[in-house]
Amino acid sequence: MPPVVIKVENLSKQYRLGEVSTGSLAHDINRLWYKVRGKEDPYLKLGEENDRTKKGESDYVWALRDVSFDVRQGDILGIIGRNGAGKSTLLKILSRTTTPTSGTAKIKGRVASLLEVGTGFHPELSGRDNIFLNGAILGMSRNEIRKKFDEIVDFAGVERYIDTPVKRYSSGMYVRLAFGVAAHLEPEILIVDEVLAVGDAEFQKKCLGKMKDVSGNEGRTVLFVSHNMTAMNSLCDSTIYMRNGQIVAMGETTEIINAYLSSGSEISTRRIWQNGTMPGDEVARLLKARLIDKEGNDADVVDFYKESGMEFTYEVLKDGYNPIPNLHLYNQKGDLVLISSESIGTPLSSKGIYRAIMRIPPHFLNDGRYIAGIAASTLIPERVHFYEPEALIFDVIEDMNLRDTEYRGVIPGTVRPKFQWETRKTN
Amino acid sequence: MKESADWDLIIKPRGSLFDIHLSDLWNYRDLIILFIKRDFTAQYKQTVLGPLWHLIQPIMTTAIFLLIFGKIANIPTDGIYPKVLFYLSGITIWNYFAACLTNTSNTFVQNSAIYGKVYFPRLVIPISIVFSSLIRLGIQFLLLLAAMIWFSFKGFPIHFGWNWLLIPMLVLLVAGIGLGLGIIISSLTTKYRDFTILIAFVVQLLMYVTPIGYPMSFLANSRYRKIIDLNPLSGIVESFRYVLFGKGHFDSNGLWYSFGFMSIALLVGLLIFSKVERSFMDTV
Repeated sequence: MPPVVIKVENLSKQYRLGEVSTGSLAHDINRLWYKVRGKEDPYLKLGEENDRTKKGESDYVWALRDVSFDVRQGDILGIIGRNGAGKSTLLKILSRTTTPTSGTAKIKGRVASLLEVGTGFHPELSGRDNIFLNGAILGMSRNEIRKKFDEIVDFAGVERYIDTPVKRYSSGMYVRLAFGVAAHLEPEILIVDEVLAVGDAEFQKKCLGKMKDVSGNEGRTVLFVSHNMTAMNSLCDSTIYMRNGQIVAMGETTEIINAYLSSGSEISTRRIWQNGTMPGDEVARLLKARLIDKEGNDADVVDFYKESGMEFTYEVLKDGYNPIPNLHLYNQKGDLVLISSESIGTPLSSKGIYRAIMRIPPHFLNDGRYIAGIAASTLIPERVHFYEPEALIFDVIEDMNLRDTEYRGVIPGTVRPKFQWETRKTN
Repeated sequence: MKESADWDLIIKPRGSLFDIHLSDLWNYRDLIILFIKRDFTAQYKQTVLGPLWHLIQPIMTTAIFLLIFGKIANIPTDGIYPKVLFYLSGITIWNYFAACLTNTSNTFVQNSAIYGKVYFPRLVIPISIVFSSLIRLGIQFLLLLAAMIWFSFKGFPIHFGWNWLLIPMLVLLVAGIGLGLGIIISSLTTKYRDFTILIAFVVQLLMYVTPIGYPMSFLANSRYRKIIDLNPLSGIVESFRYVLFGKGHFDSNGLWYSFGFMSIALLVGLLIFSKVERSFMDTV
């Protein structure tokens, strides 16, 4: 078995929420006072799970809590989880751009981190100068870069523009050049965060191939964070699934991805917020939300073939604003499906209780689980009065007997509208 | 399961106070050189006059000083004639200090994007700033030399001598004080941005308590002399002129004071900087 090259033990990271201001100065002084008397930092006792969907009690949260794992040489380890699960914090600690609050991480070998491509690129400098600068920032010596220079230019395909300032590059060229530098690093450990989100499909393939080479042929270790499950699946041997700063599961990639996708959140189709927990500010607050059918009755699921809707009730507490109700719909992977809002011109500004309904036509959302965020915002000047990110969570189901094709399998896609088709024989 | 204990890197919450790793800087010397090159070439891209700006600024300032301190206030120049050289020499060395201090004091805030994405010894940036400002000092020093040579044909001979060898030492003192104070301030700005605003005009005000527009001897009997004496740059500026022109006075006590000040500023700066660099991404 290859040796362990990264050993993470009980790694934790605490963040303070809110702004750095006089309040933090007071905390600093308090902290110093405890330290002078040789006592433990009083604020380390505070802190709670980093569940961004719930309003916390404390100003301190644990972005990472007691995370431990080992990585062996030559492994490609994927890390998945929803936004805010602690993936990036973990990578930041491992690439030494921030320090943990407690715990240790031990690393063997040279680490290069690619949390972003093109770090330190200077728009006024030529491609050539930027290759050297970026390479040096990522830890290469000038000699190493000189040796790899032609290969990098070739990989990026920018030979003609190599002496042009990069600000004249197309965004694709820019990214290719930046990734070219990164891909030719020769670290023992490569830390990669979401860089594949950019670039065209062909280039993404090239990058994936390059990363596979790096680990497969050359025995390097790769840590890879992405929301792209396909890339994850084809690339990673094993995967860690994180939630709220903790590791939920670790194991073979396909299994973990399935666990992640099906873990989803609990269904909730009827919500009533109690006084004191209502999301909102002094202008508007959310009272109730529910899933409804065409007639306006409570619904538990959305029938793919029938009209449905989401209804929410909110209170406007102050005149003079114009809170527009709006709704953000996400699918289970966390992709934004749509944002929709009440149309302008609707009188919404006077004090009182309002009920908003967004109707979903039949034959629209594909089957699967959806998460609706509910908000009200004044547009000019822009101000969000409330935004409840997981106000409603529901499933869309399809009655197979109503399907108008012979095909009975899964039809992929986020939406499945019934478009008009015209196919006729023309001879 | 083989697991060797010799790790290359152990990431821990907080090292000891003296966990500075200056040797790391040497491994990143290529990066320092590239940053110097970047600072210098990128600064004047898309300007018509380019590096000529390095000359215009001291010339204009000297002209103003000549008008205000020389003509209107009619303050003597320690027997250094023409007065132009007195002002130009002071401004040259002052500019270097001001550049070192203001540019390094922005280190963390201005580079937070790049610091947040990749690790390299954070000191690389302030150090490269000190060096790229040195290039500017060199250009302005050439201007000063050119002016001296020009005036030597007008009957004000140049006093070349062994003591010119002291100039690099004086420059080193200035760089050290600028860097030391700069990294202290940059460490404080990560949390309290107030210092960014403060430094912008403090540097300006500081120039007036440094003998740039007037010589120390002018204050011989003044009760404000103490303030000027406390300024670690006063001795350096006076000595710089003495070395160049052979007039005024060489203030060896003042230089020792400057040296002491520099050592403390650098030490304190390094300690604070290395403490802040470990966690500043969370507060910046």
